[in-house]
Amino acid sequence: MSAALLRGMLRIRRFEEKCAELYSAGRIRGFLHLYIGEEAVAVGAIGTLTPDDAIVATYREHGHALARGIPSSALMAEMFGKQEGCSHGRGGSMHVFDAAAKFYGGNAIVGGGLPLAVGLALADRLLGRARVTACFFGDGAVAEGEFHESMNLAALWKLPVLFVCENNLYAMGTHITRALANTDLLAKARAYGMTADSCDGMDVLAVRDAARRAAEAVRRGEPRFLECRTYRFRAHSMFDAELYRPKTEVEEWKKRDPIAALTAQLKANGDVTDAALAAIEADVTQEIGDAVAFAERGTWEPVEHLVRDVYAREAQAS
Amino acid sequence: MKTTYRDAIRAAIREALQKDPRVFLMGEDVGRYGGAYAVSKGLLDEFGPERIRDAPLSESAFVGAGIGAALGGARPIVEVMTVNFALLALDQIVNNAATIRHMSGGQFNVPLVIRMATGAGRQLAAQHAHSFEGWFAHVPGLRIVTPATLEDARGMLATALDDPDPVLIFEHQTLYNMEGELAEDAGPVDIDRAAVRRAGTDVSVITYGATLHKALQAADELAREGIKVEVLDLRTLRPLDTAAIEASVRKTRRVVIVDEGWRSGSLSAEIAARIAESLFYELDGPVRRVCSAEVPIPYPKHLEDAAVPQAPAIAAAVRSLIGAAVAR
Repeated sequence: MSAALLRGMLRIRRFEEKCAELYSAGRIRGFLHLYIGEEAVAVGAIGTLTPDDAIVATYREHGHALARGIPSSALMAEMFGKQEGCSHGRGGSMHVFDAAAKFYGGNAIVGGGLPLAVGLALADRLLGRARVTACFFGDGAVAEGEFHESMNLAALWKLPVLFVCENNLYAMGTHITRALANTDLLAKARAYGMTADSCDGMDVLAVRDAARRAAEAVRRGEPRFLECRTYRFRAHSMFDAELYRPKTEVEEWKKRDPIAALTAQLKANGDVTDAALAAIEADVTQEIGDAVAFAERGTWEPVEHLVRDVYAREAQAS
Repeated sequence: MKTTYRDAIRAAIREALQKDPRVFLMGEDVGRYGGAYAVSKGLLDEFGPERIRDAPLSESAFVGAGIGAALGGARPIVEVMTVNFALLALDQIVNNAATIRHMSGGQFNVPLVIRMATGAGRQLAAQHAHSFEGWFAHVPGLRIVTPATLEDARGMLATALDDPDPVLIFEHQTLYNMEGELAEDAGPVDIDRAAVRRAGTDVSVITYGATLHKALQAADELAREGIKVEVLDLRTLRPLDTAAIEASVRKTRRVVIVDEGWRSGSLSAEIAARIAESLFYELDGPVRRVCSAEVPIPYPKHLEDAAVPQAPAIAAAVRSLIGAAVAR
């Protein structure tokens, strides 16, 4: 089980490293936000969900997509903008969608996904389905009105939403203490009458346990708020000189690398051998290599398709 | 049967709720209060609070929740009290409802209906009286409809709910009390095409919403002067029924566009541009427009009346085209 968590995090790490490399090589364009350092959150939390549950994510969502089981090949093809991508190349890095995985987007408007999650949960309630909608967002979203409106609606109507706040301390370059008059995020959730919990977002087992407890409560029909205290090791996006945080702070957090921490723990417990670790690493390397090859082989959507799917139904002419 | 615009919409909502268990109505004061314009009065008792869902004053969240519920397989009717308040939900409508199908490569539809009141005429001043439907009509991915008749008030909702795409229904607030005859078996109507409400050969007046009735009034007056006006009700602002516009203008060769929105960057400008693009050599005179004055809509009645298009101004615009033709 824990080896599976390690593999899950390593897949994300290597996928993201490859994306950075491909970005520098000009193969990936647009904005690219890497999840490196935060892998424990997606892997720990999404592992507690069932295939029937729904996910709403942010523009830093490659990790969630991989943890959810969207094939790395389709995800990489999306990075390239190829029509074999999971959003048929239309969305790119920030807009990963997958109907089969019940993955309702990468949303690049901060806070914009929260009302959608409330609505998905509302549909489940009205249609008599016992599902969880897991909604991921960052500390930056907490400053948005949509966060407060959505928390209120979910609590007021007792809707099955698991609000997962990935608190990585920075809204782009603005430290949480420079953005929020009160940085106690649990207090904000509790102000809406919602049960709230916090966990070490650098510890995948801690995230898993906290998410499991929260998801069980959500499945019983009440919303929950879970703060995962985490940190992104890389820049906000590929255009970020990181003038807003000291290098020493980054180095301190890197000492708590979730992958290194779990690896050390597994080795200390004798749960995994060096050979097994090497095999996982080799598997992941192979998978990411295959994903890149798949994306490279992918095809461009014909320009004639440009306006397809703006509407599901074309209007009847007069 | 005799009915009102308000009752026709209520009948349409009731029928939708009866027919399809996925349908629900959500918005501010739609339940106990009965709707700000009393459209949903009585529905709470009939359908209960799960399906006639009072929402707190959080337009962005409940419109977004409507989008999410549509993604989740429900068929929400979201009521936003007026278009002025819908600006608080602009992000959800423009960045989510309008984009998700295309951005997801066609994987997800947003079969959502949003109803809202629009327009001036009740002395509600500059935060309750504007006509922003033209703004929404700018956005690909949305359908914008403007019922101006009892038939459309009764029939557009069912078609909009059946539609796989987000449809915004703009109900002009001066129309709710409009009375008239409606067939007992009135049912769904198309939401794609414009309709000629009065046929004529001299000048086309193109409009939508409540100004349709002012245009018809002007046409009556002009008929007494021997001027045969054709009145085209756009009905749907996006996608625009360009073919119907062209057919009418080809016939009359003169056109007046009436739009309660402001002139600058407006829907009327879009229609004028399309006519200029495709029918430049067919025209016997310049395209005329009657739009709202470029001011925030004022409170006093005489100023509000002066700010928005009225029948005499429409008639004057028509006469100016006829006069120009005669003079030449």
